[in-house]
Amino acid sequence: MPSLVAAHTRYLLLEQIRVPIGLLASSLFPAVSMVAFVVPFAGQDPVAATTATGSLMFFGAMSAALIGLAVSVSQDRELPWNPYLRTLPAGPFPRFAGRMLSTLAVMLVSVVPVIVVAALFTEATITPGRLLLGLGALIAGSVPFMLMGLLIGLLLSSKAAMAVAQVLFFPMAIVGGLLLPPQILPGFVQVVSPYVPTRGAAELIWWAVAGTAPGTVPLVMLAVWTAATAVAAAWAYRRDEGRRFS
Amino acid sequence: MTILARAVEAGRRYGDVLALDRVSLDIRAGELVGLLGPNGAGKSTLINLFVGLRRPSSGTVELLGGSPTDPARRRAIGMTPQETGLPESLRVGEIVDFVSAHFPDPVERGELLARFGLEDLARRQVGGLSGGQRRRLAVALAFAGRPRLVFLDEPTTGLDVEARRTLWDGIRSFQQEGGTVLVTSHYLEEIEALAERVVVIGHGRVLADDTVAAVRDFVGVRKVSLTAADLPELPGVLGSEHRDGRIELLTTDPDRLVVELVRSGAPFSGLEIRPTTLEEAFLALTATSGQKETAHA
Repeated sequence: MPSLVAAHTRYLLLEQIRVPIGLLASSLFPAVSMVAFVVPFAGQDPVAATTATGSLMFFGAMSAALIGLAVSVSQDRELPWNPYLRTLPAGPFPRFAGRMLSTLAVMLVSVVPVIVVAALFTEATITPGRLLLGLGALIAGSVPFMLMGLLIGLLLSSKAAMAVAQVLFFPMAIVGGLLLPPQILPGFVQVVSPYVPTRGAAELIWWAVAGTAPGTVPLVMLAVWTAATAVAAAWAYRRDEGRRFS
Repeated sequence: MTILARAVEAGRRYGDVLALDRVSLDIRAGELVGLLGPNGAGKSTLINLFVGLRRPSSGTVELLGGSPTDPARRRAIGMTPQETGLPESLRVGEIVDFVSAHFPDPVERGELLARFGLEDLARRQVGGLSGGQRRRLAVALAFAGRPRLVFLDEPTTGLDVEARRTLWDGIRSFQQEGGTVLVTSHYLEEIEALAERVVVIGHGRVLADDTVAAVRDFVGVRKVSLTAADLPELPGVLGSEHRDGRIELLTTDPDRLVVELVRSGAPFSGLEIRPTTLEEAFLALTATSGQKETAHA
């Protein structure tokens, strides 16, 4: 079984690498934002630079998780190659695990440019231990977005999935405080902010990289979102299976 | 002889459409079975039941004594679907490796590719292959895991004559080495070249399950068309139709029909004789069997 998971992961990664624009898309915007906004405005303040770096790392990872999965799952469902794979002697697990692992790999690659910009041009500082902790928080925080990506990919056609994922992505990133710190967001956004999953993920990462105490409501809401998207994604998976393979 | 795959009274419904209607079929080890029928007859549905992609709505389908939805049973099969949609960005070698990883004792990559004339293409991306090369790769993948039984759904679609014959040779040699094949086609010629046993399906039912020779007679219907005001009673007419001012007659013996037509002295013009498509033959045969009964009554 591990070798099958490896085979599926390898295959999905190869597909990703052959279309490098997909990889670029999730890392370019946060890296550019780093250079344009964080370096000039927060680059001199170690704590602000570090938390901003954490936010933009998550921005890239979230794009890979939410948009990346929504698009790839919806596209795969439309190809006859997908039912062919089901005739091979393997259950759904290797493909599912491969999908998660390859998405994780893309997420981790997409944060590298942000880290490089932060290290070279800002006063952001981090210990190796906190960096690892930060990456752990990033992965944990991205789980509901992966599940959301799966949900969209399993429910919608590829064109609709792309649009819906993007429509969800930007407002969640802004309201959650990934592009601007929550403190300077308008009042009504500050009221909503703790309830979106991006805010909980961001607080988790800020805590991991800079030691700022996370709020209780955002963390509880992150757990609620994770559970809710898991239930919804599992439902969408069964529904899709029932339609196409029963 | 061991039965590798079996359908017993298998039915399959998609919403209101009955795609397969109580089909019973045994595929025994070592057989090369041709599944023949027009488009939409239920061929792909039957294959999808055998390879575990769909479940029967009624009846049972067995693969190697178990359920086709059990991955362990599928280790002994290979499949080429009608449409493959191979991932464009992957290289030929990478796809073979990926599929082979699912089997305990796969064929060595170079050997597999050479068998289907693809040995020089291992490093080529699928997006750069011709339609025929893609099709051959899709067929090669069915043999990657040293299967006992392969399902080939219209394997030669889009191949030129030469590539088609090469593929037929490959399929025959697999069978001669003890392999079992179920191959679908809507061309009688293809089934004649490959199979010993032919199962004809139409409207979701098995219409015939016999030797190639027997089925050739069954579907060897010719269409005789001509312009005439009035025709006498002619022998061996399976069905007739008026279309665009012409009369079309279906018969298994066009020579005798024409001889009788001339003998009758009835005036006619524009005589044409041509082979029918399988679809026409099936329609005529299923329709006329009903007509005959009413005529006799």
